[in-house]
Amino acid sequence: MEPAAVQYDFLRWIVLSPLISCCVIALLGRKLPRVVTGTLASASVGLSFVFGLLGFLQLKSLSGHGEGEAVFLADSLYRWISVGGLTADVAFMLDRLSAVMVLVVAGVSCIIHVYSMGYMAHDKSYWRYFSYLNLFVFFMLLLVSADNLVLMFVGWEGVGLCSYLLIGFWFEDMEKAYAGKKAFVVNRIGDFGFLLAILLIFWNLGTVSFGGIFAQAPRVLTAGSGLATAIALLLFLGATGKSAQLPLYVWLPDAMAGPTPVSALIHAATMVTAGVYMIVRLNVLYLLSPQAMAVVAAVGALTAIYAATIGLVQDDIKKVLAYSTISQLGYMFLAVGVGAFSAGIFHLMTHAFFKALLFLGAGSVIHAMSGKQDIQEMGGLKGKLPATYWTFLAATLAISGIPPLSGFFSKDEILWSAFSSPHGHWAFWLIGWLAAGLTAFYMFRLLFLTFFGTSRADEHTRQHIHESPSLMTVPLAILAVLAVVGGFVGMPEALGGANSFHHWLAPVLASENGTLNAEAAGHFPEAVEYLMIALSVVVGLCGIGAAWWVYINRPGTAEKMADSVPLGYGLLKNKYYVDEIYNIFIVQPVKLTSIYILWKLFDAGIIDGLVNLSGRTVRGLGRVAARLENGYTQAYAITFILGVALLLGALLW
Amino acid sequence: MTELSQSNILNWIVFLPLAGALLLFLLPGGSRAVLRWSALLVSTATFVVSLGLLCGFQTGEAGMQFVILKPWIESWGISYHVGIDGISLFLVLLTTFLSPVVVLSTWSAVKEKVKTFMILLLVLECGMLGAFVALDMVLFYLYWEVMLLPMYLLIGVWGHERRIYAAVKFILYTVAGSLLMLVGFIYLFWLGKQSLGYYTTDLLELYRVVVPYQAQFWLFLSFALAFAIKVPMFPFHTWLPDAHVEAPTAGSVILAAILLKMGTYGFIRFAMPLFPNASLAFTPLVMSLAVIGIIYGALVAMVQPDLKKLVAYSSVSHLGFVMLGLYSLTASGVVGGIYQMLNHGISTGALFLIVGLLYERRHTRLIDQFGGLSSRLPIFAFFFMIATLSSIGLPGLNGFVGEFLILLGTFGSAHPGYVYFAASGVILSAVYMLWMFRRVMFGPLENPENKNLTDLNLREILVMLPVTVMMFWMGLFPGAFLSRIEPSVQQFISQYHQKAAVAVQARAEEDRLAKTVEFSTLKEPAVSHE
Repeated sequence: MEPAAVQYDFLRWIVLSPLISCCVIALLGRKLPRVVTGTLASASVGLSFVFGLLGFLQLKSLSGHGEGEAVFLADSLYRWISVGGLTADVAFMLDRLSAVMVLVVAGVSCIIHVYSMGYMAHDKSYWRYFSYLNLFVFFMLLLVSADNLVLMFVGWEGVGLCSYLLIGFWFEDMEKAYAGKKAFVVNRIGDFGFLLAILLIFWNLGTVSFGGIFAQAPRVLTAGSGLATAIALLLFLGATGKSAQLPLYVWLPDAMAGPTPVSALIHAATMVTAGVYMIVRLNVLYLLSPQAMAVVAAVGALTAIYAATIGLVQDDIKKVLAYSTISQLGYMFLAVGVGAFSAGIFHLMTHAFFKALLFLGAGSVIHAMSGKQDIQEMGGLKGKLPATYWTFLAATLAISGIPPLSGFFSKDEILWSAFSSPHGHWAFWLIGWLAAGLTAFYMFRLLFLTFFGTSRADEHTRQHIHESPSLMTVPLAILAVLAVVGGFVGMPEALGGANSFHHWLAPVLASENGTLNAEAAGHFPEAVEYLMIALSVVVGLCGIGAAWWVYINRPGTAEKMADSVPLGYGLLKNKYYVDEIYNIFIVQPVKLTSIYILWKLFDAGIIDGLVNLSGRTVRGLGRVAARLENGYTQAYAITFILGVALLLGALLW
Repeated sequence: MTELSQSNILNWIVFLPLAGALLLFLLPGGSRAVLRWSALLVSTATFVVSLGLLCGFQTGEAGMQFVILKPWIESWGISYHVGIDGISLFLVLLTTFLSPVVVLSTWSAVKEKVKTFMILLLVLECGMLGAFVALDMVLFYLYWEVMLLPMYLLIGVWGHERRIYAAVKFILYTVAGSLLMLVGFIYLFWLGKQSLGYYTTDLLELYRVVVPYQAQFWLFLSFALAFAIKVPMFPFHTWLPDAHVEAPTAGSVILAAILLKMGTYGFIRFAMPLFPNASLAFTPLVMSLAVIGIIYGALVAMVQPDLKKLVAYSSVSHLGFVMLGLYSLTASGVVGGIYQMLNHGISTGALFLIVGLLYERRHTRLIDQFGGLSSRLPIFAFFFMIATLSSIGLPGLNGFVGEFLILLGTFGSAHPGYVYFAASGVILSAVYMLWMFRRVMFGPLENPENKNLTDLNLREILVMLPVTVMMFWMGLFPGAFLSRIEPSVQQFISQYHQKAAVAVQARAEEDRLAKTVEFSTLKEPAVSHE
């Protein structure tokens, strides 16, 4: 069924609204009062949300409920690049997938903008912060609503730029500026893959527009062919950069150098999920390459457990959340890798709610702790920060997969798909299941160390602990509600739900796949699904119980455990030494080769040496020649005679 | 614009700067303000007149436009022949656009011998414009040489400590190249007579000469070497960092933004279409050198302690991209290559202006002398950031469009494998540019000498603003440029292949004849001594 395009002129304003606000703030921000700047920035994103909602409703009314005909809204601004058969327009499309993304992105962004008005209230670069943040929302909305790959790439690189600018927002600190650069460069390694994939797609399918790709891909590409796999894997390389998967995840923990609301928005809820969105957007291509799907699932599963193990021992509240984000993104890739595309997007959405909430809660804690981020110095904050505590608890329960909170439904769907999907494998399930246990453990470790027990802070800090203003706590409350109830839209049939989320996305996913999970589920008796659900709840509870045992019931156990396995503990504490390994085996060799071999030896030594040598030779010859012209007539005469003799000799020979 | 004035517009554009130079010659040398304003006025007027090209240019037309053809030295077939097509149109505009910017940038940087400096700048502009519009080999060669001397003097007189070494290196490299080209040209001139039956130096007529295989090889080498030095392609690039480091800001900007384009322009206008078979045979070599240049230039740029050297090596990398695009011989690749010439002119020009602004304030270009300037110089930081992002090809700015089209075109060419190496330049450019930016602009402001730096003044903002606007414009709305470039490129590619095929046919014919002759000589010995 060919999707039908419906012209919808409001679409452009979803994207342009934050851009206009960004420009206004960038130009006038210095002079505007802070309230105006913050309100303008937040309102512009709110407006995007409203337009997105209108588009969503329009889409709904056009296609009716459930799995209707594939319809999308389209809005074209102008022809951007048109050369030699390539056309890339500045044009937007809103289908069921991008509508979900627009709502999640604009919604969460709006909440975080409001929170930022409180969090950044005393920062000297208030206006700069909001213009960057608006710019980010613009690029992110561009990314999810672009109608072709090249324009999507603009958004893709644009969010990377904003991430760079915002990680290094407090650029006077060299560490922070360094983290920003690292993020950009590592992302670029991924973009290298994305770019090559675009080239392959264009020269094989003759188009870069999504509509064209959806139509051409199944016709042109043979399922399982090397070309399909190459395209899918190159795109995935892009995804591993942007979405912080193995082996390119290293920038995300460092990215925590940015202001905490930025971590919540960019490095948890939205930008880092772009890779997942991209794969689901191009699910047609992935379904043509089972090999690539297997790679995606494997990388996702490995990242999920790998990052979770590091998260077990981190002491920086934001670093724990960063590794948790990497791990949760791993789940999303596991989902799309086993063909459960809607489950991936579902988890993307619930994760956006609870992880944004966790970060904002952490921001509130850091705010209260006068900027301290070490959980070993916290403790006992429960009573002093009640609003923060309760919302943080909701999010922690959600990420731990405790029913009926949102995280339970989405994580459970992923684990079930990993097990039951034709692309799945019991090993994927097992890894995901273990990681779920670890997640519950490290999240409750974080919760217990931060909010329970007695305060370990110094006297000065303790006196300043205070609950955050309502500008910050109200956003926390809204997100908490979403984190608690957000999962019901995807309640599985097995539990008596309608799984309307899954049905909403089905038309966007390639036809065989739309019913993939339902079909697969048919192979297993219902009891198996119930057992799986029970198992995932149990492992979450075990993780919580273990954390309670170690940090509440028997304080000091953690230290003993660490001492008993110093090697393993050191490995985790130092994040498997990956940064150091990259530095020794990649960064330093490239740098030293460039300095000593390419520049000093080759460029300055050999090439320039030859040039200078030839210059000296010419000058030397000139000197010799000059000596001949010494003004002595006799010498000239001798030379003349010698010359004539030589010539004559040569002629007569 | 009337038909008459339009037909003469190229003369106006080329000779207005020269007339300005004469005018300045008559002005007293003491009043710097008058000299500066006059030079600014002249170069701005030239730019305004050149906008007439945009109005009158027939989009969709592939051939030469605004042509002026007058006999000059008839016995040798030399004519005054100028004109532009989609390939040269924007190079002319780039030159006229940047010239006033450059003049304005010298306001406080050049304090000595202002009169001579301005005259040289205007003569240089005339030379560059002439070279871009010349359609006669002799005329082109004339302008090519006219450009050399002012540049040599700009470096040698207003340069820094090692200016003499740099200036001599620059002139020796370039002269070596242009002498080779001259020898090649004389040979071509002679071949033209053999083929056409009359002497001509007209480029469009020489395009029709089918040069024999063997001769093409040597001719291509002689032209290509001259241009490769100018580009500069690896490994002929070592004059560039020295020239840049020693040149005054204005010299660096012109050198990077326009003079280097003479090299790439020379390839697409002369070396490639005149000797297509040799050019085809050399394609793998040229593309390899281009790719080496991209990676090598980036890696060496990365570790430079001097800002100007860093930007200079980045030029080697960027121009590698341009060469790759031109040699892809696909529409998107060649158009991208030409677009990237313009982009490089704008972005690298801007970067050199920025380094100049820093140098004027601190009298050093060493990266480790800076750090944390962002907090002190916010306006400067903004312009610097945009230029940096443009240089690393961020989508939405100009550099991306060019790089993307080049990669796209190369991938569709006969040698797609080069793309995998070239695309790594995308990663490396981010590494060296952002690393440099971080060291100069971010971190704590510790060096006491940087504590009292002042942000840009109005004049300096006016210098940076036009180039910055162009970065956005060319990134967001490339359509107006690409649609004018493409028809000429399509024609270039089809003629290139046609001509190559003709030569192949001619050689096959020759071989066949040679064989029949051989055969007949066996039968009837002692027939001819030819």
